[in-house]
Amino acid sequence: MTHAASPRTYVIVLLALLALTVVTTVVAHIDLGPGNSAVAMLIAVVKMLLVMLFFMHIRYEARLTRLFAGAGLLWLLFMIGLVMADVLSRNWR
Amino acid sequence: MSSKTVEPVSETPVNYLNASFGLRSWLLTIDHKRIALLYLVTITLFFFVGGVFALLIRLELLTPRGDLFTAETYNKLFTMHGLIMIFFFLIPAVPAVLGNFLVPLMIGARDLAFPRINLLSYYIYAVGGTFTMYSVVAGGVDTGWTFYTPYSSTYSNTHVTAMVIGIFITGFSSILTGLNFIVTIHKMRAPGLTWFRLPLFLWSIYATSIIMILGTPSVAMALALVAMERLLHIGIFDPRLGGDPLLFQHLFWFYSHPAVYIMILPGMGIVSEIVPCFSRKRIFGYSFVAFSSLAIAVLGFLVWGHHMFVAGQSIYAGIIFSALSFLVAIPSAVKVFNWTATLYKGSVSFATPMLYALGFIGLFTIGGLTGLVLATLGLDIHVHDTYFVIAHFHYIMVGGMVMAYLGGIHFWWPKITGRLYPDSWGRLAAAIIFIGFNLTFFPQFIVGYLGMPRRYHVYPPEFQVLNVFSTAGASILGVGYLLPLLYLFWSLKYGAKSPANPWDATGLEWMAPSPPPTQNFPVTPLVAWEAYEYEKREVPVA
Ligand SMILES: [Cu+2]
Repeated sequence: MTHAASPRTYVIVLLALLALTVVTTVVAHIDLGPGNSAVAMLIAVVKMLLVMLFFMHIRYEARLTRLFAGAGLLWLLFMIGLVMADVLSRNWR
Repeated sequence: MSSKTVEPVSETPVNYLNASFGLRSWLLTIDHKRIALLYLVTITLFFFVGGVFALLIRLELLTPRGDLFTAETYNKLFTMHGLIMIFFFLIPAVPAVLGNFLVPLMIGARDLAFPRINLLSYYIYAVGGTFTMYSVVAGGVDTGWTFYTPYSSTYSNTHVTAMVIGIFITGFSSILTGLNFIVTIHKMRAPGLTWFRLPLFLWSIYATSIIMILGTPSVAMALALVAMERLLHIGIFDPRLGGDPLLFQHLFWFYSHPAVYIMILPGMGIVSEIVPCFSRKRIFGYSFVAFSSLAIAVLGFLVWGHHMFVAGQSIYAGIIFSALSFLVAIPSAVKVFNWTATLYKGSVSFATPMLYALGFIGLFTIGGLTGLVLATLGLDIHVHDTYFVIAHFHYIMVGGMVMAYLGGIHFWWPKITGRLYPDSWGRLAAAIIFIGFNLTFFPQFIVGYLGMPRRYHVYPPEFQVLNVFSTAGASILGVGYLLPLLYLFWSLKYGAKSPANPWDATGLEWMAPSPPPTQNFPVTPLVAWEAYEYEKREVPVA
């Protein structure tokens, strides 16, 4: 468990997050049709991964810690997946 | 709290109870055993507050007319009964009291991995409880314990926000406790204590902890969103602002169905300790019982939609949730069959803990099987939101979890306090509780099947006979719960001193003195045996 990265890495990640926030805001003013949510979601996922890997140290942690973080992600997929099973099929006949 | 300490008799060896004195030494303790007792006192308090609400509900339902309380007051009574019992008693009870006390002792450790976080979790629980009690005293909440939107978020004029904040805060206590247990069980087991030598109580506590840390954030966020919707009208659940009221039910039940397993899994763990001990036999199918706990922890997260069959959820999602709900019955049934097989050809004795464990097996089975009735799409339309549902989940939570909790308290009481309680009183109380429980809740299956809806303070006169039975049962049950409070208190002063291992049980906790010293074990034990080696009872007693 070598701990954490240099302050330099943190600054770069922070700048990346801020840049992505700007991108999200700018893209929100362009109409991409169905692509609107897709792009917003994509950027959100990238930001989430940056936070998890660097700020939450997942990248530098032991296997067991990663397993539990992965379980958290899997549980999120359970939630989104089964909620979508309801929302998307509500109007099927 | 200091009233609970046994006074020092000169020849009593130093133990965690008499190691230090004064309120400060209790309120700032980082000893897992003392923290367990802090929880025990607080949780017992909440249990009786919730019990008073239950009694008031049953008094109103003695007669078909709404003659005791107004409809509004009645709504508040059942809401606060549910909230206090679930979030402040059922969920923390076994993990925070028995789990805190036993996890380090069962693995041969001095304490949990994070003793200060353990104390912090107690105070978070206390702060959350204070917010909740404020909400109760200020006038209460009338949304039902489920806080369904848009009623809770837009229309209710009661103290929803304070209540929601209280439960939000308490959630963190749950998360920290789960985190502490997982790290402790992974990292601090005594040498030789492999995963498959662990007592099954620890497998179930481990599975429970997983649910706590992965599920609690969901309900916390759902409730935080309700509060934000009330205060800022952000439009998550309000359809006029583009929200979806059913989204709340999804987020809420994503936690609150698994929460049932937070309540019942530790109870199953207790039963897995008691049954082998009083059958003098190795547990039947150790690894099946162990892995069924993990299976429940995972599958339990995939079934929440069975609460929403008639709420407007898509019928196709309903089919998936119904099928998955049937699946989760399998690991529960595995446990019941394994306990029963453990009894087979054992030399069974019926001390107080065993009576509770046997009561648990029967009542949990009834509760579980009626759960399958409710998970069936077509049948659920008939019995949804009737007293059938009330009876079903009380068989799980009261018939199951509370029975197991009391069984565990009686089983480990000599270890916790160093005193023996009068077993005849214990068995009498167990019998009274069993009879009172069934008299209270069995009639509710019938009256629910006949169509009596839940959450009304009036009902048609033809349902009165069954409701009178139910109210009579509730008063018997109330007496049954008061009895242990009395004789357990009595035993603190007058009970005979307990030896280290009064039940001749396996398990590291019984090798420590009763009550254990603050550091639990003078030397770290070396474990060279399986759990439950009752047949070759040669386990060294230190
Ligand atoms: Cu459920």
